[in-house]
Amino acid sequence: MLEVKNLSHAYAEAATKVLENIDLKVDSGELVSIVGPSGCGKSTLLRTIAGLIRPTSGQIRLGGTLVQDVPDNLAVVFQDYSRSLLPWMSVRDNVAFPLRGRGMDRKARRAAAEEALDAVGLSYAARKYPWQLSGGMQQRVAIARAIAYRPALLLMDEPFGSVDAQTREELEDLVLSVRANQEMTILLVTHDIDESVYVGDRVVVLGRHPGRVIGDVAVALPGNHDQITTRELPEFVHLRAEIGRLVRQAAEANPAA
Amino acid sequence: MSAAATGIRTSLPQRRRLRKALTGTALRWSVFAVAVGLWQLATRTVVPEDYQIYFPPPTTIGDQLYRTWFSGPASHAFLTATATHDLLPSLARLLGAWAVSAVVGIVLGVSLGRSEHAVEYVEPLIHFGRSIPATTVIPVFIVLFKFSTAMRVSVIVFGVIWTILIYALEGARSVEPLQLDLARVFKLGRLRRLSLIVVPAAAPKIFAGLRISLSLSIILMTTSELVGASNGIGFFLANAKKTFALPEMWSAIVLLGILGYVLNSALLQVERRIMGWHRNTRRIED
Repeated sequence: MLEVKNLSHAYAEAATKVLENIDLKVDSGELVSIVGPSGCGKSTLLRTIAGLIRPTSGQIRLGGTLVQDVPDNLAVVFQDYSRSLLPWMSVRDNVAFPLRGRGMDRKARRAAAEEALDAVGLSYAARKYPWQLSGGMQQRVAIARAIAYRPALLLMDEPFGSVDAQTREELEDLVLSVRANQEMTILLVTHDIDESVYVGDRVVVLGRHPGRVIGDVAVALPGNHDQITTRELPEFVHLRAEIGRLVRQAAEANPAA
Repeated sequence: MSAAATGIRTSLPQRRRLRKALTGTALRWSVFAVAVGLWQLATRTVVPEDYQIYFPPPTTIGDQLYRTWFSGPASHAFLTATATHDLLPSLARLLGAWAVSAVVGIVLGVSLGRSEHAVEYVEPLIHFGRSIPATTVIPVFIVLFKFSTAMRVSVIVFGVIWTILIYALEGARSVEPLQLDLARVFKLGRLRRLSLIVVPAAAPKIFAGLRISLSLSIILMTTSELVGASNGIGFFLANAKKTFALPEMWSAIVLLGILGYVLNSALLQVERRIMGWHRNTRRIED
């Protein structure tokens, strides 16, 4: 579904490469976590896949076609929900406005927005404005916006980095339920190792200076996900230790920065 | 109160809010009333007798204001012949020139603000244009358009368009990059990006520019009518001075104050309607 080949990127002003020779394949319907120490280029990788920045070299293919501009069937949930939601639009309009480009009429947009808000448990807040909601609720709205858009690929850039721990767990479960109910491939960037294991089918670990893939670990956790019981499974504990070691190794290899 | 009289039921919080608004208004205007009272007192006590003719008390001015401008027949919305002759042409020039400046200034400002390079080339020109006092170009426009309405409108437009343009430009330039990324991710076309994201994001600054330019327009409207005019408030003012009709002169000055206040309040109402979100966002962030 998504194929990243030999991708390297350096920002014009910086001498060092942010990403080097990244190879990554993601199958349709997979939920892949990308984890790594800060400064490993996770966000840059996501932005190149989104077509928001053009990589210095390498190729990205989405469903076989080369990504040159922002692909059609793609949505992004950003970390900074307070900026990514438009304060002059009601919650419902925030969810509905991207659908204008899909040739949907007002009624259809509205219905799709309400369905998506229902899916994230916020149907009662449709007429409110983003600034009337808590941070966690605002991020739910951003997720609803992505759901309503029905993208083939959903990119999430540290989506839960700015919410409290309790809300974070709720949102992680929300992502899992979205995945269970929709035909969607999801790429989730996080710096939280536990989160990467809890949410992902697979965890890709990036090292830094320059950013490189240093680990690709399949996650197979038995049973339904539950914030408490899943996290005490020996498989979970083992995986987070394995990934934790990789991340620490990556962080210590270059003590600079 | 009026709600009770018409039989409409109002809820308790609604009534409480109404009462709060009314006391707020009363308090605000009480300072105004005290100031007018002090003025009245000063014209009778501080001003020496020989000079009292130059400084008529507010009661005289108020009376004159009513008689000169607003004692007309109800069929003319209580406007007198003088008001029709002088107030309405001024108002038309003022609003016409301001509207032209607003449309041109906002369109140019927003497009320049969104362009990556053009703005760098045009910016010195804009700041140079803004620095020229509009009153000094009055002779130029007189040469060009004689003593016509075109001359007066041009003076106002030249004087205010830079301000509107600069504010619109700043507003369009300061759109959150993340919100522009959003437009790209969701494939919004140029027009949708403008109408859904850029213009609303720039709106607070655009309105600030509009408010400043409105009061500037009133100054320039009056100034441009002081020379070679046959109607307008500025003309009336100059004429009253020439004929030593001092209470009339003062009434025109107060009329200009009222005009400015009313227009500014109207604009604020529009702004509040359109940008309730902006006030509320700020209130919460505070």
